[in-house]
Amino acid sequence: MSAIIEIRGVTKSFGGVVANKNLSMTVEAGGITGLIGPNGSGKTTLFNSIVGYHPIDAGSIKFEGREISKLPVQKIARLGLLRTFQQTRIYGAMNCVENMLISLPHRKMRLAQSFARNSAAERKRAAGLLEFVGLYEKRLLRAGSLSFGQQKLLEFAMALMNEPTGLLLDEPTAGINPTLINGLVDRLKRANREFGITLFIIEHNMRVIMDMADTIYCLAHGEMLAHGAPREVQNDRRVIDAYLGAH
Amino acid sequence: MSGARKSAGMPIEARRIALYLVLIALMLAAPFLFPGFRTQLAALWLMIVVALAWDMTGGQMGYNSLGNVFFYGTGMYVAAVITIALAYDVGEYTSAAGGGIHAFTDAQYFAGMALGIIGAGVFCAVCALLIGYITFGLRGPYFAIGTLGVAIAAGELVSNWEWVGGGQGISLPVYPGDLETGKVVFYFLFAAAGIALFVLLRWLYTTRFGAAMNAVRDDEEKAEAMGLHTLRYKLAAWSIAAFFVGAAGAISAFQLIHFEPLETAYQTINLGIFMVVCVLLGGKGTLWGPVVGAVLFHVFKEVTWNYLLGWQWVALGALIVVTVVYFQEGVMGYLMRRKPEWFGIRVGREAE
Ligand SMILES: Nc1ncnc2c1ncn2[C@@H]1O[C@H](COP(=O)(O)OP(=O)(O)O)[C@@H](O)[C@H]1O
Ligand SMILES: [Mg+2]
Repeated sequence: MSAIIEIRGVTKSFGGVVANKNLSMTVEAGGITGLIGPNGSGKTTLFNSIVGYHPIDAGSIKFEGREISKLPVQKIARLGLLRTFQQTRIYGAMNCVENMLISLPHRKMRLAQSFARNSAAERKRAAGLLEFVGLYEKRLLRAGSLSFGQQKLLEFAMALMNEPTGLLLDEPTAGINPTLINGLVDRLKRANREFGITLFIIEHNMRVIMDMADTIYCLAHGEMLAHGAPREVQNDRRVIDAYLGAH
Repeated sequence: MSGARKSAGMPIEARRIALYLVLIALMLAAPFLFPGFRTQLAALWLMIVVALAWDMTGGQMGYNSLGNVFFYGTGMYVAAVITIALAYDVGEYTSAAGGGIHAFTDAQYFAGMALGIIGAGVFCAVCALLIGYITFGLRGPYFAIGTLGVAIAAGELVSNWEWVGGGQGISLPVYPGDLETGKVVFYFLFAAAGIALFVLLRWLYTTRFGAAMNAVRDDEEKAEAMGLHTLRYKLAAWSIAAFFVGAAGAISAFQLIHFEPLETAYQTINLGIFMVVCVLLGGKGTLWGPVVGAVLFHVFKEVTWNYLLGWQWVALGALIVVTVVYFQEGVMGYLMRRKPEWFGIRVGREAE
């Protein structure tokens, strides 16, 4: 396996708060990597740094061997590295199909091509992916009228529509009906296996992430606490303390 | 269920075609049915053009420009300069204004008109790219004020620029030929611009480009995170809008014969605001909203200007307040909510 995302010595602070302190991580291509840590430990901040949402104070971030820490959000997205939002962002006024069609991979689209209507093949792909996440029946509903969990599923389907190489998911199971979590985990695994998308997942639910990830990184107070295979991390005294201490 | 939907779809399509045919016939016949109102009817088409253009960024993309009148004024000046330059030295022509007599042949006049309208459109489209490159970094009210600043500054600069006549403004030759024929010609020029823009937008809003415009409006940050070329779409859309507003300004320049920078060309508080009111009244972010709004607004304005003299600005202010406070969705927004079946919109619940 080769590294697809390499994070080296990344530091990011907001005023006096050091949200990420000298973090180094490697996300292997084709795998599922987990990122855990108590609330406020700096997980979302790290994702924001990776996708170019804000500049970092120090360090280096590489995607497929290319330095991306100075690139703007859109350029990184067009390289094939996407993220979903913890607070879920979809286009509320459009219906689900429209949300999907606007999520086509724009790295391939020239301005001239944007002056055409969506092809039948694109519509079919959109419908297929909505089916994949279980939203086909709701496809003509306004996305804003869906439940929070359904919006998360839609956001996931939109990301898949974009054909990314790497996908960063910020708490994909948060707010989802517990009875539906197993189905979602199954879909995440299938997206990884069948579509070949490398996943980097922030997850609060320990059971879920232990079941999915090959490697897990654990943060606390912006610093790296532990990393390794799920079993190692799960039994790490410092991790257990951090989680117990946080609650 | 799907069968019922189909049979309900047909009459809508037929009714729509019938509606378009009636409107085209009305458009063609209007200046002859109401010969006394040719200039007002031409002004109505001008309002339709600038309202449709304003809605491209304001309604469809969520970028409320208060500076679109910049393109109107700039279009006027570009057309005038092109026309004059075809026959005379522009500096000499403007400094002699009033005293000197400058004759134009018919060929010079019409060549100037054709080149002036196209040239104004192209020049303004390029201006939109340059100004947009800077101002599209601004969001919300900052964009509105930033673009307004551009229009105000341009008016001031031009009024101090003697080469184009300074604060006195600039004069163009009178339409060569019968006065009434001239009015009909200007009516059809504005109407052609309005219909061309309407047809263009009717198509554009069904393309991926149209969807991207709405994505920018609904959640620009999300659109960026998905890799959309947001700046590219904003610039392209504003540039198309600027082309039409600039061309409309050029037509106005020939229609008005004489114009000056602050009150006519860069008239930020008249046309600059009217175009926004038209769109709000008719319904932001809809294809027909700007058209419906322009018609209602224009009728309201003509009636109050003729019958409420002295109070017309008060009436207009009241209209704006009522629209903004109580009727933000506009006529089309209201109709789409209350009568979705008129628009072939399937109510979401049906799909559940
Ligand atoms: N934009 C911001 N401005 C100021 N402080 C921030 C900002 N984003 C995050 N923080 C702070 O950084 C720390 C880490 O937050 P975050 O990355 O959201 O944690 P997590 O996702 O692990 O819950 C918190 O103390 C938070 O308050
Ligand atoms: Mg977070």
